[in-house]
Amino acid sequence: MYFQSFQEFVEMGGHGFYVWLCYGIVLFSMLSYFFYSIQLAKSNQKELVKFYTRMDARSQASPKTQNQSGDITDDLGGK
Amino acid sequence: MWTWFFQLASPKWVYRFSDKLLPWFRAATLILFVVGLVLGLLFSPVDYQQGNTVRILYIHVPAAFLSMFVYVLMAISGGIGFIWRIKMAHIVSVSCAPIGAIFTFLALVTGAVWGKPTWGTYWVWDARLTSELILLFLYLGFMALHNAFDDRKTADRASAVLALVGLVNIPIIHFSVEWWNSLHQGATISKFEKPSMDVDMLKALLMMIAAFQVYFITVLLQRVKAEILEREKLSGWVKKLVTNE
Repeated sequence: MYFQSFQEFVEMGGHGFYVWLCYGIVLFSMLSYFFYSIQLAKSNQKELVKFYTRMDARSQASPKTQNQSGDITDDLGGK
Repeated sequence: MWTWFFQLASPKWVYRFSDKLLPWFRAATLILFVVGLVLGLLFSPVDYQQGNTVRILYIHVPAAFLSMFVYVLMAISGGIGFIWRIKMAHIVSVSCAPIGAIFTFLALVTGAVWGKPTWGTYWVWDARLTSELILLFLYLGFMALHNAFDDRKTADRASAVLALVGLVNIPIIHFSVEWWNSLHQGATISKFEKPSMDVDMLKALLMMIAAFQVYFITVLLQRVKAEILEREKLSGWVKKLVTNE
């Protein structure tokens, strides 16, 4: 180990501010984006539930407006 | 035999497969980061000139490397989507952009903070730094351009063209330290020579590059999943997935 004590580790030979500022920014940004991207899928799902409710309501009102979608690659994913 | 290859074009397959892969990639990210940080912060030597600020290397270099790698991936997948009209390729391309922008931003910021004690300045308009800043603008431009269109297909195609045009910036960034007088140091790791770096430093650096790579794949898959749900919302499998949970 290159540090004799925790105090030395924090101080980084006088350059502690620069080193820890960098590591802090990096870890904060990357962790935030990690959780943000997970949250995005979840909030998209919530929005979709509302979307489907509205679509179903509309299609019950007038059956002609039903959409057909998806494509040939849908079958490749299995059921 | 080639079915697996064509499955890559299927949003449904990719969504399912990502669900299977993600736990492994998340675990690998955590492990690689912990090992890399321990090696870099505790078990690698100081630089005889810079002292401990050299430890910024272990986050600056991976961020910079990934910023370029992600751009190339974004451009190639955009190009594939553009030429062969494969929507999954556009999904990947669009999902790469925010992560790539973050890596570029981190490379610039950590570089600036590192530069202050080392070179005496946060910034200088030399070739390497300027071209990396331009890369950030390209990423932001890509995202802004994509957002500017109401029709998603047109948005995808326009952004793909921008990504491809900006691809020339990548070799400029890479070779800038060779072609011009630059404050930034030259390449340490080369295909043709033994690296000039201490082996303990090299170990930590390679571990951190691997950690950043695996983190990128993890976050990309998470982002791609979100994008697939939104884009494929009119298809049966998404409706079943969302309403049955």
